Amino acid sequence: MADFMQQVVAGLASGSIYASLALALVLIHRATGVINFAQGEMATLSTYLAWTLTTNHGWSYWPAFAVTLALSFAGGAAVHQGIIRPNEKGSVLRVVIVTIGLLLLINGAVTWIWSGEVRAVQSPFPTRTIEIGGVAISIQDIGTIGVVVGTMVLLWFLFQRTKIGLAMRAASVNPAEARLVGVRVTWMLSLGWGLAAMLGAISGMLAAPSVFLDPNLMAAILIYAFAAAVLGGIDSPVGAIVGGLTLGVGLNLLGTYVDFVGADLRLPGALFVILVVLLVRPSGIFGHRAVKRV
Amino acid sequence: MRLGRSIAPVSAFLALGLVILVVPSFVSAFRAQQLSYVAIYLVALIGLNVLTGYTGQISLGHGAFMAVGGYTTAILMTDYGVKDVWTIPIAALVTGAVGFLFGLPALRLSGLYLALATFAIAVSTPAVIKRFEGFTGGGSGINLFGVPELTASLTPVEILGRELVFNDWLYYLAWTTALIGYVLAWLLLRGRTGLAFRAVRDSETAAQSSGVGLPRYKTLAFGVSAAYAGVAGSLFAIATTFVNPDTFPITLSILLLVGVVVGGLGSLVGLIAGAVFIQFLPEWSQQVSKSPGAPTVVSGIILIALMFVLPMGFAGLVGRVRTLTKR
Repeated sequence: MADFMQQVVAGLASGSIYASLALALVLIHRATGVINFAQGEMATLSTYLAWTLTTNHGWSYWPAFAVTLALSFAGGAAVHQGIIRPNEKGSVLRVVIVTIGLLLLINGAVTWIWSGEVRAVQSPFPTRTIEIGGVAISIQDIGTIGVVVGTMVLLWFLFQRTKIGLAMRAASVNPAEARLVGVRVTWMLSLGWGLAAMLGAISGMLAAPSVFLDPNLMAAILIYAFAAAVLGGIDSPVGAIVGGLTLGVGLNLLGTYVDFVGADLRLPGALFVILVVLLVRPSGIFGHRAVKRV
Repeated sequence: MRLGRSIAPVSAFLALGLVILVVPSFVSAFRAQQLSYVAIYLVALIGLNVLTGYTGQISLGHGAFMAVGGYTTAILMTDYGVKDVWTIPIAALVTGAVGFLFGLPALRLSGLYLALATFAIAVSTPAVIKRFEGFTGGGSGINLFGVPELTASLTPVEILGRELVFNDWLYYLAWTTALIGYVLAWLLLRGRTGLAFRAVRDSETAAQSSGVGLPRYKTLAFGVSAAYAGVAGSLFAIATTFVNPDTFPITLSILLLVGVVVGGLGSLVGLIAGAVFIQFLPEWSQQVSKSPGAPTVVSGIILIALMFVLPMGFAGLVGRVRTLTKR
């Protein structure tokens, strides 16, 4: 039983990493109606920035963390203004291809600048475990969950309790009417992209200590995040979080207790989740069915 | 009228065939090999364009269909002793069936969701191949050098009294297949089926209300498209004489989409440019920088830049020049 609980907590920790990247995908899907295939690579780039600040410039962890978040925010907003917005007219395919171009661009640039070498990243949390009710839990897992939960609370406050959050929601729900009441819609959407980049950065920085840093750090995590977002409903922030945690715990338990799945089939497992959810309930657990008038 | 409209493309096609026939006499064996890869990519691009360009269904997972084709060839050759050339039609059938079956659930997915699902398939393909070791040879892959009598890789082949070394033989095999595939696609797309595909792409609702059966044409597009990818994968396996899970990475799927976009969605003419682009891009970007990430950066920049200036790809450029000169 203790072993089981340990696996659940470890699953929650990786699940919260998936959840924050999934939330980034959901934010962008709500804001601009596209899926950002470059979300993972943007997060990888942020993680490399944080790594450089701590390793090469001798910064301590948390200042580097904060500066990385600020830079990621600016980068995300700049991506929206610079290359997404001009390509929004016409078919969806155009934006999809732009985000894939961005994926290639960032992946190549990271390899170019930092080389493909695999690097160890120190964790901001001690690697010890503490015992709670007979269950040994690593402090790193608790820290990861704590950071993600804190971020979610802040985001909830931003969206539900501030004027700017209200404006952002208005801009994504009904851009035309939001514009009429004086909301600067494109800037609100850029803000959304900035926040998404920040969430990705958090996810990347939390994942790096346990899986090592290399240019393809987020490739698998992006798939888990896709699965989480689809499971929860691609237009539902709560769904992304619940989906991420469910997936993290579920895959961890499957990988540990079902021999057939093991460590190798975790990724296809996520794919399987995506396919089944899309077929059975395309709008996800918390999502809404899009009804379009033609 | 009908005849007049057909003369220009047919004569252009014959001229192209003639050029392709004589090229190996003028270039090195190394270039001939590179040009064979252009033909292989061309086959895959034709398939992807049937699905994405003509029917409007985004696929980010065509590398996975290529993997099915490649492994079909490898397994048939090593386990069943089938000669390499004969594995190509079998690979087309097997992959076509897989594509058709995938098309059934894909019916329920539209636009971005389909892109997502196919992306997930392409990412997890290597892991699945590694897991089913007994069948696929796992991480170490399948080596076709073990069966030299079934391929031209070691012994020259004699065709019409001429001895062909492996590279030239590969070149003619790949280009013959590509040209046949090209003609078949052209025939398919110019008729009723092509019209139905385009109707589905432009508006599913409008297509349906004009009597175009969505399930039938979407699954057909998937099947045809996958069959092409299977043939390309099969040729790929023959060309590299080796398959392993990393022969078909996610970057291959992305590269194919890049090729289709560069060539022009919904056009067959531009695809040759797309195939040349994805084959020679690494070589070109080596001139920018020899660093490992450089080719990827260059292709990313080109892809984004293309969406800004030429969203219709190379074919769009041709069309634009044509309308300008007609004035």
